Amino acid sequence: MASIDYPLEHPKAEALTPEFSFSESLYKWVATVDHKRLGLMYVVSALVFLVIAGIMASVIRMQLAFPLNHVVGPDTFNRLFTMHGTTMVFLVGMPMVAGFSVYLIPLMIGTRDMAFPRLNAFGFWIFLLGGCLLYFSYIGGGGLSGDGSAPDVGWFAYAPLTEKAFSRGAATDYWALGVLLSGVGSIVTALNVIATTFCMRCPGMTLSRMPMFVWVMLIDAWLVLVALPPLSAAQIMLELDRHLGANFFDTQAGGSAVLWQHLFWIFGHPEVYILIFPAFAILSEVIPVFSRKPLFGRPAMVGAVTAIGFISLGVWAHHMFAIGMTSWSNTFFAASSMLVGVPTGIKIFNWTATMYGGKLRMQTPLLFCIAFLLQFLVAGLTGIMLAVAPFDWQLHDSYFVVAHFHFTLVGGLVFGLFAGMYYWFPKVSGKMLDEKLGKWHFWLFCIGFNMTFLTLHFAGFLGMPRRIYTYYPGRGWDAINLIASLGVIPQAAGILCFVWNIIRSSLRGIPAGDDPWDAWTLEWATTSPPPEYNFEKLPVVRSSRPLWDLKHPQDPDWKYE
Amino acid sequence: MFAHALNAYLQVQVPGVAERRITDIFKPMGTPGYAEREAALFTIGVTAVIFVVVAGLIVYTVWRFRRRPSDDSAQEPPQVYGSNQIEAAWTIIPILIVFVLIGVSARVIAGVENASPPPKALKVRLIGHQWWWEVQYPDYGIVTANEIHVPATPDGQRATYLELTSVDVIHSFWIPELAGKTDLIPNRVNYAWIDPRVPGVYVGNCAEYCGTQHAQMLLRVIADTPENFKTWTEQQQRPAENDPQVSDARNVFGSLACVNCHDIRGTPSVGKFGPDLTHLMSRRTLAAGVLVNDTKNLRAWVDDPQKAKPGCLMPSMKLNDQQLEQVVSYLQSLK
Ligand code: HEC
Ligand SMILES: [Cu+2]
Ligand SMILES: [Cu+2]
Repeated sequence: MASIDYPLEHPKAEALTPEFSFSESLYKWVATVDHKRLGLMYVVSALVFLVIAGIMASVIRMQLAFPLNHVVGPDTFNRLFTMHGTTMVFLVGMPMVAGFSVYLIPLMIGTRDMAFPRLNAFGFWIFLLGGCLLYFSYIGGGGLSGDGSAPDVGWFAYAPLTEKAFSRGAATDYWALGVLLSGVGSIVTALNVIATTFCMRCPGMTLSRMPMFVWVMLIDAWLVLVALPPLSAAQIMLELDRHLGANFFDTQAGGSAVLWQHLFWIFGHPEVYILIFPAFAILSEVIPVFSRKPLFGRPAMVGAVTAIGFISLGVWAHHMFAIGMTSWSNTFFAASSMLVGVPTGIKIFNWTATMYGGKLRMQTPLLFCIAFLLQFLVAGLTGIMLAVAPFDWQLHDSYFVVAHFHFTLVGGLVFGLFAGMYYWFPKVSGKMLDEKLGKWHFWLFCIGFNMTFLTLHFAGFLGMPRRIYTYYPGRGWDAINLIASLGVIPQAAGILCFVWNIIRSSLRGIPAGDDPWDAWTLEWATTSPPPEYNFEKLPVVRSSRPLWDLKHPQDPDWKYE
Repeated sequence: MFAHALNAYLQVQVPGVAERRITDIFKPMGTPGYAEREAALFTIGVTAVIFVVVAGLIVYTVWRFRRRPSDDSAQEPPQVYGSNQIEAAWTIIPILIVFVLIGVSARVIAGVENASPPPKALKVRLIGHQWWWEVQYPDYGIVTANEIHVPATPDGQRATYLELTSVDVIHSFWIPELAGKTDLIPNRVNYAWIDPRVPGVYVGNCAEYCGTQHAQMLLRVIADTPENFKTWTEQQQRPAENDPQVSDARNVFGSLACVNCHDIRGTPSVGKFGPDLTHLMSRRTLAAGVLVNDTKNLRAWVDDPQKAKPGCLMPSMKLNDQQLEQVVSYLQSLK
């Protein structure tokens, strides 16, 4: 019955690619509307920003290694943590979401490009402009008065600290406008992802046969579309306050400081799910392939992400348990926040069940996934602790919170992204990443990460608030901070291994072939790297694992789905 | 609601030493902190069990099903697509756990937030300023800074109720051993309460990022015995000491810009921008807990506040040596 509409073997694509001069190929990159080039540019710029923000984090940890240390002064320190946080969320996390989506979705759903290729290019360039604008604040942030440099208001920029009275110069304007522009990029990319998945799927790919990666990124796109506009609106309101005499958040003129917090966290909480979903998406592809089993409970997994998406829109005030809300509001938000743990738990259980009974290939991508599972479990459980409002009254704005969200965003998202990069690098470059360097990268990073962030939970228990540039000896924080700072060393070494691995493998890695992992989704049915048109002939699929069907004609998936 | 349990718990606690600098949230000395600890310990217990079970399952799965060199790699394992019963089980059990946790949270939230002040409660108004705390006692007419004196209350009957607000940006009140955080928000009044059971000094930091010197905005709650608290209030209610020995020095002080920013009750110095200095020498620390209040530090502070607390809102006054000497001797007369 099954007809093979697309061959697994291809003529060598290189033979068709002519040589370009440097300026020609530069032009090809700058003017491109190809989803693969744009996806790659997203991920590479995110990696550059990741290294910059990582260096900032290292300086922060150097300053805090010892009590009353003098590496940087208070103003520099405050700028460092503001820029570190803003960069990691808006210039690393968000472009990674976009980059993975636009690179992989067209390949996975068997089509030639995104629904709106030009919009795709616009999204990338406006994001990059926003990022450059933010960093230009180091030069231009002084404004006409010469007062200030980069923003120092924290990544959630609480009013009224951001108002003209407390934040002179132009730094806060660069923050608001830079983030606003990169947000425009995220919104148009989300629209593009939704349109692409709804309209461009190859013949036979019903929604229920869509790869799990695409499903999760589709819900992620919806979440971006719903959650980001409140932030953009708040940033516009802030600029109106600062330059046109509006008084939304200006408490000196009767404005409301709490209003900013509501607007920010209505965006901010869904944002943490926007950022973690790519990791969910990647795990849902990598774990099955490396366990040699289909994803356990596919419908439940789709249900769980959808549920997380909806519930996460109703939990924002758990960031505000200390602002003096009524006991009813506090109880409501405590309850909704804990409920989000249920679908999240379902995801962890299903991934584990996927591995259960499989034949686990312990290669780098899977190692990162396993570490993700354990670390994300910790992050989820500390999240439950923070959702218990009375416990949060103690933990809020302490180092416990810092440890918690680094467990979600580094121990979760970054580990997931690394899994994804090791998994898809062969497709993108045509070369395998080196396993040995990969294992070094994994172990160094994993040990360093836990040294830094496991310990910091305890600083929170001992009353250490976040965002302090220095502290006094004798409060029981010294040893914890020193260990946390030392953890930077293995983490940095791990990242060096990774960067070296990428450079070395792109130059002289082992050729990957079309399908090095013996995988099941459509991107592995074309060459590595894929040709500009992706597929010579659009594939036709009959199940959620088209390549499995192809490789096992006796026992195809569509018999069971 | 938690008062009785706390009393029992305190029986086995070591009483407070002079200054408790290790601010462990699991060693509370007051009812709100104790109630929060109860919720915390229960939550930690539940999550620890979940962690052991789930992490154990993950580790077991990885260990048991890792591919061994002897495996026949061509042979794929059985393809299992899912099971509705199992999905239902791991949906329903977590929901039940969550409901228990919601119940516990709701009970403690109400217990702490909706407690009504006992008749003998002390009322204190705490006002946040960029990088220091103004403390007012409306019933006593006292204004001071950075150190909140309250009576220790072994039975919890003389709790202190705080009205919290701010004149500039958001700050947050947090004394880990006594109570979790409540923000000080401009244009808004929040409430919190504390009832230190044992005399002692309880330390805390401002817990909401508030600009340059957020790190050096410490707050101390000094729980006195009832007698000491009475002496303290009586002494604070008096106007500033008018020591004839320092009248020259007082004139020098009066001629400087200090008077525009600092209030010294009973003198022409009536500024409101900085801390009230009327009884400066009765405070243990200077500049929101940054310096111990002794002669050397006081002189260094008046000479150049930007050294001890860079970026703080008191400018360096560039006094010459003689002025500095006199200003410090005057300040030291403000007992
Ligand atoms: C522009 C207003 C301003 C002027 C002028 C000023 N101060 Fe201050 N002063 C402050 C502020 C604000 C603080 C709180 C600083 C902090 O803790 O961040 C302060 C703190 C102090 C303190 C510590 C109080 C405490 O309880 O911690 C002393 C003492 C003091 N000033 C003395 C002086 C003297 C003496 C002069 C004159 C030579 C002076 N100040 C001039 C604003 C001012
Ligand atoms: Cu949240
Ligand atoms: Cu602060």
